[in-house]
Amino acid sequence: MSESLLITGGRLIDPANQIDRVASILLVDGMVASIDPKDVSADVRTIDATGKIVSPGFIDLGVEFREPGFEEDETIASGSAAALAGGFTSVLCCSSTQPCIDSPGAVEFVRQKAVQAGGVRVHVIGCLSKNRDGDQLAELGLLYEAGAVAYSDAPRPITNDALLKRALEYARMFNLPIINRPNVMSLSKGGVMHDGQVALVLGLTGLPTEAEDLAVARDVRIAEATGGRLHIGPVSTMGAVDLIRRVKDRGIPITASVCPHSLCLDDSELRSFDARFKVHPPLRSRRHIETLQAAVADGTIDAIQSGHMPRAREKKMNDLDVSPFGSASLETTLSTVATFMLSVSDMNWSKVISRLSTAPARIAGVQGGCLSVGTIADVTIIDPDVKWTVRGTDFRSRCPSTPLDGHELTARVVMTIVGGKVCFDHS
Amino acid sequence: MTEAAEISLTIPYPWTRRHLLDLESLSGDEIRTLLDVADQLKQATGGCRNKISLLAGKTCANLFFENSTRTRNSFSLAAKRLGADTVEFSSAGSSTAKGETFVDTAKTIQAMGVDWVVTRHCTPGTPHLLARELECCVLNAGDGPHDHPTQGLLDILTIRQHRGRIEGLTVALVGDIAHSRTARANIWGLSKLGAHVIVCGPPTLVSERWGELGFEVAHNLDEILPRCDVLNLLRIQFERQSARPFPSVHEYANLYAMNVERMAKAKSDILIMAPGPINRGVEITPEVADGPHSVILEQVTNGIAVRMAALYLTANAPIS
Repeated sequence: MSESLLITGGRLIDPANQIDRVASILLVDGMVASIDPKDVSADVRTIDATGKIVSPGFIDLGVEFREPGFEEDETIASGSAAALAGGFTSVLCCSSTQPCIDSPGAVEFVRQKAVQAGGVRVHVIGCLSKNRDGDQLAELGLLYEAGAVAYSDAPRPITNDALLKRALEYARMFNLPIINRPNVMSLSKGGVMHDGQVALVLGLTGLPTEAEDLAVARDVRIAEATGGRLHIGPVSTMGAVDLIRRVKDRGIPITASVCPHSLCLDDSELRSFDARFKVHPPLRSRRHIETLQAAVADGTIDAIQSGHMPRAREKKMNDLDVSPFGSASLETTLSTVATFMLSVSDMNWSKVISRLSTAPARIAGVQGGCLSVGTIADVTIIDPDVKWTVRGTDFRSRCPSTPLDGHELTARVVMTIVGGKVCFDHS
Repeated sequence: MTEAAEISLTIPYPWTRRHLLDLESLSGDEIRTLLDVADQLKQATGGCRNKISLLAGKTCANLFFENSTRTRNSFSLAAKRLGADTVEFSSAGSSTAKGETFVDTAKTIQAMGVDWVVTRHCTPGTPHLLARELECCVLNAGDGPHDHPTQGLLDILTIRQHRGRIEGLTVALVGDIAHSRTARANIWGLSKLGAHVIVCGPPTLVSERWGELGFEVAHNLDEILPRCDVLNLLRIQFERQSARPFPSVHEYANLYAMNVERMAKAKSDILIMAPGPINRGVEITPEVADGPHSVILEQVTNGIAVRMAALYLTANAPIS
């Protein structure tokens, strides 16, 4: 028996097909059946999306769900619920687990847990190196066959130059991207916040921008030499943006992403010494924020990823040196981007959706990211005008820590549909 | 020791803070109030030697998560001089060694009925965290390289007692500015009272960013020495450095140690200060440390006075 869903009256925005108009969309058996259907059976379930935005489901290029090993931070089930509440229909799951995801069995574990959780599509990022030790390549081919969609040791950066080169060469066989977090560890060791005037005054050890800039320079040079697929992210510095822009201008097909917190809050938040502002990449200065905003608007930065790094409440209730980096951000990503980015020159709703959906689908090579007829029916419905106040304790995530706690944001995901099924309904 | 009669203190500016966390957030008037009260308490206690029962019945807990000799004893004596009881806590062998967070440890101590928690910790901002979590007064006795407000106050008090003013003086902080909480406390306290502050040391220990914040940055001690009214010689904090910021102690001493030769280039009435513990032969030679320009031991005495002032003022601040 076919299952059908008709969404009417909404502003349909599909950057992949250059659609931005009020339209109806019919979903049948988990696929997009038609736009503005003519004849629809009267008994089809209808969702009135008048005043709302109807977009392809969001896709996150790198979340941490922390299972197995750190279930106190997040489980695949709680992370999936958070993703759905944030409008994400697909996520790429990092391997910050214990054991890490460097074997086909580990990939299968995540996939099985995701099936049990139901709802969001959980894709696996396989480890790039065995045991994430940054020394020897993991079994990239076996990971590919097991279903991995990308390789990374994230959030740990790949610091071994030779390993990165070997990986970019070898992974071309499988046409999967290598995702690397740019960070020269010898420069950032011990740092807890952006290395600027605020860190100087507070006496906190800084994370210098050079640590990111230098890593980006190395990564893009190796990508250029090998022709491998490299995604850099998340980035947070003016220097990184400048390098990425120049490399793209030369036609090198690298891609890059940014986290929402890097687009809104600056390092002065750390004056409170509150560990919820200890995030990675760190909150940087206003000049970096403005550069990143412009880079998202002009497409230099292809995608926005939530940067979801949940950490248990008790771990964040500590002094800044001990408290781990991280926050829950899946449930605030869309609202943060809408609140802080739509006022930026040349930014609009179509670009917001492109950065959250269309571009990530292209980078990761996963289904979704568009509403073309015949594609999977992953849809996010947004109320663009509603205002709401962030309360971390209300999150579906196990982690209540967010740098945006108490902020009033504009716009919110009201419904998330995965494979034609309503998996989250804010009402 | 004699029991002094009750005294009446003059508070020149209304004090409303229940915590003393740093000097950066204090106004010039608030800093002057602390100094004035410290002066009065020093006088009333006969140079911090006698007891007055201004805070009888109250209890001060010293929660030191880092080693300390002079600051811990100074706070203890300050509390006792004012008639308060003291509780001593060290992290070694405590519940923190069993995995308890320092916040929970502090809450436990507070539950025993203390009025102040005096805390020292290696991480910047920990007193601020405690101030959010505790109901009693929180006094910062040093949080990593961030701040050490009572040390800054005692340094400033010592200068003011000798010169009668702070405004218009040129004060150089020499040494490990990067890792020094004393430096930051002095920078804010002195600048708010109108002094010209120079931070001096090798570029690996003295960031140019201090210049962007309006302070003079110098890397050559001999060049600035003739202009200075006060030199505060800061210890190299080897324990806080992840990498050696200069080639050798010998080279550092050659460039920055205050010695007899350099004293000859200084103003005739220059004040030589050091927060201690001093490393003789590294930042200061014995002839200078023990010489007529040195006020290092006066600083120690004034430490008790400013800590009495801090305890008194915070205890009497209104509870919001």
